[in-house]
Order: sequence, then C-alpha cells, then structure tokens
Amino acid sequence: MTTDIKIAEAPPGHTGEGFFATSLDKVIGLARSNSIWPLPFATSCCGIEFMATMGSNYDLARFGSERMSFSPRQADLLLVAGTIAKKMGPILKQVYLQMAEPRWVLSIGACASSGGIFDTYSVLQGIDRVIPVDVYVPGCPPRPEQIIDGVMKIQELVKDESLRRRNSPEYKALLQSYGIL
Amino acid sequence: MADITNEFLLERLQEQFGESIKSSEVSYDILTLVIEPSSVLHMLTWLHKDNLLKFRFLTDICGSHHPDLKDEELCVIYHVQSMENNIRLRLKTFVPIGQPDIPSVTSLYSSADWMERETYDFYGTNFTGHPNMTRILNVDEMDYFPLRKEYPLEDGTREDKADQYFGR
Repeated sequence: MTTDIKIAEAPPGHTGEGFFATSLDKVIGLARSNSIWPLPFATSCCGIEFMATMGSNYDLARFGSERMSFSPRQADLLLVAGTIAKKMGPILKQVYLQMAEPRWVLSIGACASSGGIFDTYSVLQGIDRVIPVDVYVPGCPPRPEQIIDGVMKIQELVKDESLRRRNSPEYKALLQSYGIL
Repeated sequence: MADITNEFLLERLQEQFGESIKSSEVSYDILTLVIEPSSVLHMLTWLHKDNLLKFRFLTDICGSHHPDLKDEELCVIYHVQSMENNIRLRLKTFVPIGQPDIPSVTSLYSSADWMERETYDFYGTNFTGHPNMTRILNVDEMDYFPLRKEYPLEDGTREDKADQYFGR
C-alpha cells in the first residue's frame, strides 16, 4: 500500500549524509503548489462542471486542493466559473481584494474569459476587465479534464514563482492598472 | 352568473371611459385596449373596485419601443386579471420619448413598485408618483436604457469578435 502513495519530487539540490540543501524559493514553491486552497466563485453551468471536477471521478483533491475555502481570506486560488454580469463585477473584485497575497486566478470557461455567447449590455466581457487572470480555461463549459489541466498550469506557475515577484515593479504596475493597491 | 365575455367587458369599459379608449382588439383571446396615459390609474382603480368585474390581480407591467411612431415611441403594457371571473385584460398606453411621463399605479397595486422600476430600467419611462424611481436590475452607473431600439445589441467593449479572427 505504501508504494501507491505518490510523493512530490524534490527540487534539485545537494544531498549528503543526513542533509538536503536547496534554495528556499523552491521549497516554498513546492509546498505551495501542492497545497493550493481554491475559492470557487461559481455562477452558472461551468460551476456544475467544477462540481464534477471536485467529485470522486475526477477528484481535484489529488492535486492538493482538497479543501475548498469559502472565505477569500484563507484562499490562494480564485476559481471563477461562469458568467459574470456587470453588476457582479464589483463583487468579484471585492472578493479578489479580500484574498491575501500570494493569490492566483483561474478563469474557467468562455463566459469568464471573454463574455462567451453573452455579447450583451448586461454581461462583463471577460473577468480580466476587473481582476488580473493567471490562466484561462476555454470551453462552454470546459470538461473536468480541462479544468484540472488549468489547475495544473497554476501549480506550475506557483512552483516556479520567485518569492520576490509580488514586490516587482511589473507586478505592482499590473495591479495599478486594475486600480488595486 | 353568466361568464363575462370580452364583448361585455369592452361594452362596460366604453360606457365608463368612452373617450380615453383609442382602439381595441382581441389578441390571443385577451381584450387589448389602447388608452390615454392619463387614464391608466383611473381605469385600473375602477376595474379593481367594480363589484362585477373584480380585476384585482396585476399580472405584469412591461414596455416596448416603437421608433417609427412619432410622439408615441414608448409603450407601457399592463396585464390585469380577474381571478373570480377567469378573464384577463391588456392595456396599452403610448408616451412620447421626449417626455415619457406616466402616472404610477403603486398607490393601487404595491406589486407595481418593482415592475415599474424594471420598465424604467429598460425603457426610461418615468412613472410619476412612484416612491423610488431608480434602476432595479442593471448597474446603477448605466447611462442608457438598453432595450430601446436606438442602441446596438452587442456590447461595445468586446474585443475577440474582430473581423481578423474570422478571416474577413
């Protein structure tokens, strides 16, 4: 049984008798990427696909995202699944603001990414108009495999992110462009 | 008691409000009257109080926009029902888009409150005497009335539907 348990691969480093040395960035990245707490912001049919993703068949928990955080204050990853009406825009932004750094955003489905088929007066034409997005998952709705692929892309980002990225002028300029900070 | 027919209903209303009824027709088995905006409240009140007709349920208030009708661009439509007599009635009234004032019926039907706000939200009809004539469904910052036919159907901020993506 013990052989069935998959253990995350150690980052490159130096091993010796009783010690292992690597950079702190990599250790933290490894820990973070395998324990992402997602906050599902599900507004419509993509949310149903997301429920399947969390269910036992597809089981997002395999990727270290067992615990859904229904408070933005303890969440690392914002999963926006579904159509965001213009009236919902400020609420989505507030939820994003309530999340602590470091935070990532996964946009699930055509509506969240671009407005989808709802090219109309009441629908926000993509959530990247109010908050920065890390990974976009296309599809209407995307299959659970696609959502898992999106989460794995986020894991890659988390793993390789430099600890200083959030202090970089580029990152600050990005947030500034959304009127955050 | 004999059933109340559309003919009987029309006759009674013409007796009472002869001059303010501009035209009448039966559409989908429902009597439809076009009336003056100023007489909407009077007529609905009378229909509500009348002991024979008993139109005491306001089904809906909605609007429509007719850009080709001069000085009658905006239409407000009232649906009322007499539950006891199992009959419905539709009232239409037209107002100019320049001054779309129409008396509110919230004093008679409390349920008209949100319906009138919704009609205002999408068509900009101004219900005078309404306690809170503000938008109800759309964002407060919206500076136009989206269901009027003077605005494009598609959202102007869309970027991924440019011709280049379709090889045009």
